[in-house]
Amino acid sequence: MPSRFDLHVNGRAHAVTAEPDMPLLYALRDDLGMKEPRFGCGLAQCGACTVLLDGVPTRSCITAVSAVGAKKITTLAGIGTAQKPHKVQAAFIEEQVPQCGYCLNGWVMTSVALLDKNPHPSDAQIREALTGLKCRCGTHMSILRAVKRAAQA
Amino acid sequence: MTIQVNRREFLAGSGALTVSVLLPGLTKQAQAAGTQASRLGLKPDQLSSYISITHDGRVVGWTGKVDMGQGTEIGWIKMIAEELDVAPERVSMVQGNTEETVDQGGASGSTGIWFGGIALRNAAAEARLTLVEMAAAKFGVPAAQLTVDNGIISAGAKKISYGELIGGKHFDVQLEWNQEYGNELKVQGRAKPKSPSEYKLIGRAGTKRRDIVAKVLGTATNMVDVKLPGMLHGRMLRPPVAGAVPVAVDESSVKHIPRVKVVWQKDFIGLVAPKQWDAIRAARALKVTWSEVKPPFPDQKDIYNHIRAAKSMKRDEDVKVGDTDAAFANAAKIVEATYEWPFHSHASMAPACGVADMREGEATVWTGGQKPHFCREGIAKMFNLPEEKVKVMFMTGPGSYGRNDSGDATMDAAVLSKAVGKPVRVQGMRHDGTQWDPKSPASVHTSRAAIDRDGKVIGWQFETKAFSRREFFRDEGSPERTLAGQLLGWPLKPVWLLGVPGESYSFAARRKTSDTIAPLIDRASPLRSSHFRDPGGPQIHFASESFMDELALATNTDAVEFRLRYLSNPRDVQVVKTAAEKAGWQPHVGARKQLRGDVYVGQGLSYAVRGATRVAVVAEVEVHKQTHRIWVRRYFIAHDCGQVIAPDLLRQTLEAQIVQTTSRAVYEEVKFDNNNVTSVDWQTYPILDMKDAPETIDITLIDRPELPPGGAGEATCRPLPAAIANAIFDATGVRMRQAPFTPARLKAGWV
Repeated sequence: MPSRFDLHVNGRAHAVTAEPDMPLLYALRDDLGMKEPRFGCGLAQCGACTVLLDGVPTRSCITAVSAVGAKKITTLAGIGTAQKPHKVQAAFIEEQVPQCGYCLNGWVMTSVALLDKNPHPSDAQIREALTGLKCRCGTHMSILRAVKRAAQA
Repeated sequence: MTIQVNRREFLAGSGALTVSVLLPGLTKQAQAAGTQASRLGLKPDQLSSYISITHDGRVVGWTGKVDMGQGTEIGWIKMIAEELDVAPERVSMVQGNTEETVDQGGASGSTGIWFGGIALRNAAAEARLTLVEMAAAKFGVPAAQLTVDNGIISAGAKKISYGELIGGKHFDVQLEWNQEYGNELKVQGRAKPKSPSEYKLIGRAGTKRRDIVAKVLGTATNMVDVKLPGMLHGRMLRPPVAGAVPVAVDESSVKHIPRVKVVWQKDFIGLVAPKQWDAIRAARALKVTWSEVKPPFPDQKDIYNHIRAAKSMKRDEDVKVGDTDAAFANAAKIVEATYEWPFHSHASMAPACGVADMREGEATVWTGGQKPHFCREGIAKMFNLPEEKVKVMFMTGPGSYGRNDSGDATMDAAVLSKAVGKPVRVQGMRHDGTQWDPKSPASVHTSRAAIDRDGKVIGWQFETKAFSRREFFRDEGSPERTLAGQLLGWPLKPVWLLGVPGESYSFAARRKTSDTIAPLIDRASPLRSSHFRDPGGPQIHFASESFMDELALATNTDAVEFRLRYLSNPRDVQVVKTAAEKAGWQPHVGARKQLRGDVYVGQGLSYAVRGATRVAVVAEVEVHKQTHRIWVRRYFIAHDCGQVIAPDLLRQTLEAQIVQTTSRAVYEEVKFDNNNVTSVDWQTYPILDMKDAPETIDITLIDRPELPPGGAGEATCRPLPAAIANAIFDATGVRMRQAPFTPARLKAGWV
């Protein structure tokens, strides 16, 4: 049965009516009209749908909307703006990272969480933290440069 | 040629075109520039089809090519700004949309700059000449006495801007056009483009891409974000056994899901629902009975034997130099080896998305496919519409490196929309992408060389046998080139083609052939083949350049020395020498098997030519002595594509194709059983992960400003797999003759 769910997204409260097992991704994209978390696999294998739930990178494609509860949802557009980009975003812009850009959400959000926990990661720690994300265009070298740049910012 | 400047003022948003300005996908620049209304009906021989000037003196470039995210747009902007003497910031581009741009073939064969850029360069040079002549007439001074600085034309104290001269109006200037559309389109005017000594922008780094900020901030609109009022979400149903078709559908199986409508026409079956989650649930729940078909595929282990045994549908003999039969008859030694390459999935970041709004007598379509004009042609044919009644908007989708599933998703959306009378968006689940996208073909390559008593190679034969590199042409310009068209029974017109190595070895006798075999299923196959970045290139050159190393060994020669002995083109010689020098190449014969700690290390070189571009690669690999994990730690690349337009973006373009091709060579193989493709997601079709990315990629760009710019989006894919295989041999003594280069294959060959 469709039910009402209150979601706290990027500092604002929203209500959606959905099947409880519907993944959060569809609530964000289809009900709230957000563009940044994206469907890549629906299997938590790529990261394109990543959002932060109370600061923890979470694959919204396998997270039921009913499981979010009161946790605060932050999306890519919620971490920075053109005037005040997050330092990870600033570094990704400076390094001109994306090609198609479809996967970017996962790389940026996971890097934000990494640098929150470990502000000065080694190269190996960056690679480890970003393992499991996919980029089919192959922009990995630019991503590594950007995360290192962000860590120095 | 007389030059007439049409004085008709542009009427903003006039006439029937107003509607299109409101559609998502038409660019802001296009709206600001006045778009089509200021132009002359998109004639390929009109300057205004490529260049226009706004009231405030900004320049808009229009191209029927598209930038798939490599920054080609900045290349175009630089080429236009250079010729028109304006700052790049004053130039913007409109690309791909069929309403706004001439059919230049979309993204295809690395021709974005190579062909598309040249058209814009010639047009921009002609625009500058036209503007200077207009100013000369106005000032009453000879054109030769005028100077141009950032769009301001001066004769002493007299000044006039491009905007004042022609802003908001169109050039009424004819260009010489070669009467071709697509990739082959060429235009030029009377004006001669600048000589390299006059360049201020070309060849220099630093112009930032326009698409990056929105992508990184999460504000960019992607193909998957297109939404229309009343739009429904569509899903396709695919059979469990490839080749099976629907024979019965139990619609009561989705009764519990609101407002689902099943669309079943001939062998095409899909459904739509207002909510995406409902469409997904319904696609999972819908009970379809499929026809009984014989399992269509051989055992995967037998695929290469199948290729060897299959009848050749077409033999191409692309190169025949000298008498190879005589060379082999006279040989003191014959070397032969066979190489095998699997099917690859495009495996784009997401299953493709298409949106279509089919109305009575007209269609509006949004596609992430890289050939929007062909998409228009295919939709027009499918629904019997005049082409001018079909608008196709190009939107950046989830990645595209050739013909992935975009054309299929777009046509599926169009068929569903037509059936239900509402706009429909199609984006499948992961398996719709990985399992059902078109594939890069599997192949077998046999290379044979005749060596004389002095160790000289006197004859070389290279034979390829493979599935076609594009069973259904290189674009979706006709319905049978899409899954929907095949399921709806359109007659098939297969294309038999693979290709031969690109190189300049001066062996006295050379013969290169390629045989193409029939597909395993003729219609709607999950193993149907299509162009995937450098179609045929990685597999062919994996074979030919691995073989060059085998010949070097057979003739007791260092692999670099061997190539230099036979390379005839000085540009080829230079890339090989440069890559070797940068890599600190130490001449050696055979495998060195150098153990450092837990890893064997090795270097391998390879080189190839693609069109006007040549590239050499040294790969430096580490192979773990216990796990046999292969890691390409460093690459050294020497790349010569003629004139370099934007070196910073070129480097990133090369890096990304190097990473992608490394993934293909080391990790990727489409798996299938007798019934169907079993690679359905990222676990069953793994690609390179961040932990496997190289440590460094050292790129040397050999800039030749005196030459035209060649293609750069694919050439490096060619030599890369062989460079890795050659490095693995140096590290371990194991010759990889079958891709991908997995630990299991390495272990099997270990002695």
